[in-house]
Amino acid sequence: MPWSQRNILFRPVLTDTLIRWILRAGAVASALVMLLILAFLLIESWPVLYQISPARFINDASWHPLEGAYNLMPMLSGTLLASVGALLLAVPLGIASALFLVFYAPASLALPYQRLIELLAGIPSVVFGFWGLTTLVPLINQLHPPGASLLAAILVLTLMILPTITLTAYSALKAVPDEFLHGAAALGLSRWGMIYGVVFPAARAGIVAGIVLAAGRAIGETMAVLMVAGNVVQHPQGLFDPMRTLAANIALEMAYAMGDHRAVLFVSGLLLMLLVMLLSAMAGRMGKNQYA
Amino acid sequence: MIKSKRFLLLGLVFFIVGFGWLAGANAASQRLVLTGSSTVAPLVGEIARQFESIHPGVRIDVQTGGSARGINDTRNGIANIGMVSRALKANENDLHAYTIALDGISVIFHANNPVATLSKQQIADIYTGKITNWKSVGGPDARITVVNKAEGRSTLELFLHYFQLRNSQIKPHIIIGDNPQGIKTVTGNPHAIGYVSIGAAEFEAERGAPIRLLALDGIAASVANVQRGTFPLSRPLNLITTQVPQGLAQRFITFARSQQAHALVAAQYFVPAGAD
Repeated sequence: MPWSQRNILFRPVLTDTLIRWILRAGAVASALVMLLILAFLLIESWPVLYQISPARFINDASWHPLEGAYNLMPMLSGTLLASVGALLLAVPLGIASALFLVFYAPASLALPYQRLIELLAGIPSVVFGFWGLTTLVPLINQLHPPGASLLAAILVLTLMILPTITLTAYSALKAVPDEFLHGAAALGLSRWGMIYGVVFPAARAGIVAGIVLAAGRAIGETMAVLMVAGNVVQHPQGLFDPMRTLAANIALEMAYAMGDHRAVLFVSGLLLMLLVMLLSAMAGRMGKNQYA
Repeated sequence: MIKSKRFLLLGLVFFIVGFGWLAGANAASQRLVLTGSSTVAPLVGEIARQFESIHPGVRIDVQTGGSARGINDTRNGIANIGMVSRALKANENDLHAYTIALDGISVIFHANNPVATLSKQQIADIYTGKITNWKSVGGPDARITVVNKAEGRSTLELFLHYFQLRNSQIKPHIIIGDNPQGIKTVTGNPHAIGYVSIGAAEFEAERGAPIRLLALDGIAASVANVQRGTFPLSRPLNLITTQVPQGLAQRFITFARSQQAHALVAAQYFVPAGAD
């Protein structure tokens, strides 16, 4: 029964009414903030959106906003490549760690391991960036100059989103009802058979939600990527090529941008927002189709 | 229901009264408007904040828009003071310029790099991708990593102006934002070449960062040489007025050139102008 409906079993008392209004106000405020952000981005980028055709963001020769060249596509591809690369590494690792924690680790190891992952989740991104800049980049540089590259960005992002995926997958696995496990055990399934056939389908929604959360963080991450990616605006041809993400672009140039330059940076913010909206729409779909 | 509505109303009243009070507190009696160069604006913004805290009731408005706008606005009387990030030209002698700081940049590379000097042409060739190996300029056989600044930065603008380049001609391998990031990048890569504000480079080199500041035209890159005006890759940051400043404008310009403002100048990696 939906609890938000009026209900003959419970007459609303003062506390309920009060709480309802507070919650309503909170819901309206957060929805309003979202809409205001969108409106703000549109207003700030309007000067260029009005003047130049959107095709120029795709067809211009390069990104040199002070010389009137506004191609955003290399940064879009950079953002996507770095995020997808990080997800490819972090998703298997994260799910494996969560499985280890729930089903394989002895109790004496599970707790310290979990605390370690939680600690990793709490490290500020700029620390990862600093570590990447002073340790990872020189290391990659010895392998293949210049060091600051797509690879460095992927590795730093992987470290950052790994705990998110691990912890959400962990709670999703933990939430699988014990009856399911008992039933599987009674059927004589092996441990892996139980995990693959029973636990995964039951925990899928939670795991997918964690991956989407991690993807959102990877797409929007700014400082860490800014410090290790090299920030050259180009479609990276390989893992060792430097590249720039949309978020890094804003952070890098906003401080000193004026006029059209500033407005174009808001366009890249708008693009970033669209990307995240697309992601959450996709996640909504995946959540619907899944077996419950 | 009625009670909760009254509760909401009360909250609303608190909000409105609160905001009204905040807005009222900001009303100031004296106002000074500065417009111009985006290089000078952050520094002047800091100086203005300190000036405001010493002189309550004074409100200083700092707007960017480029040196040209600073000159136009000052001539038209829209701005009380203009900010210009270069020396005044001959046809601008109707204006009075007061240098508050000097901006100099230094080409830097790793301390282990044996290359002693580079000519202006060689640096330009490295940045445009015509020279890609240190061997061509007397160094080790290694690919040069070109470190450039992000678009819109004043250091980039000064660099491009001095070497007569456009940013689209430069073939960078790494693009950086602020000076510390540039220095970290060069210290982590023995084959990198970059450029940063001279104040930042000298500060880090003195603290033991493995970087070397490249001399230009035989003149060592140092804060002292920028101050003397001998280092070629530098420019003055000026405040300009149409008449000899009086009143509030005069007080502000004096403050911006005083010993008190020098710490703010150094914090932005600029070089304080010689005290006079």
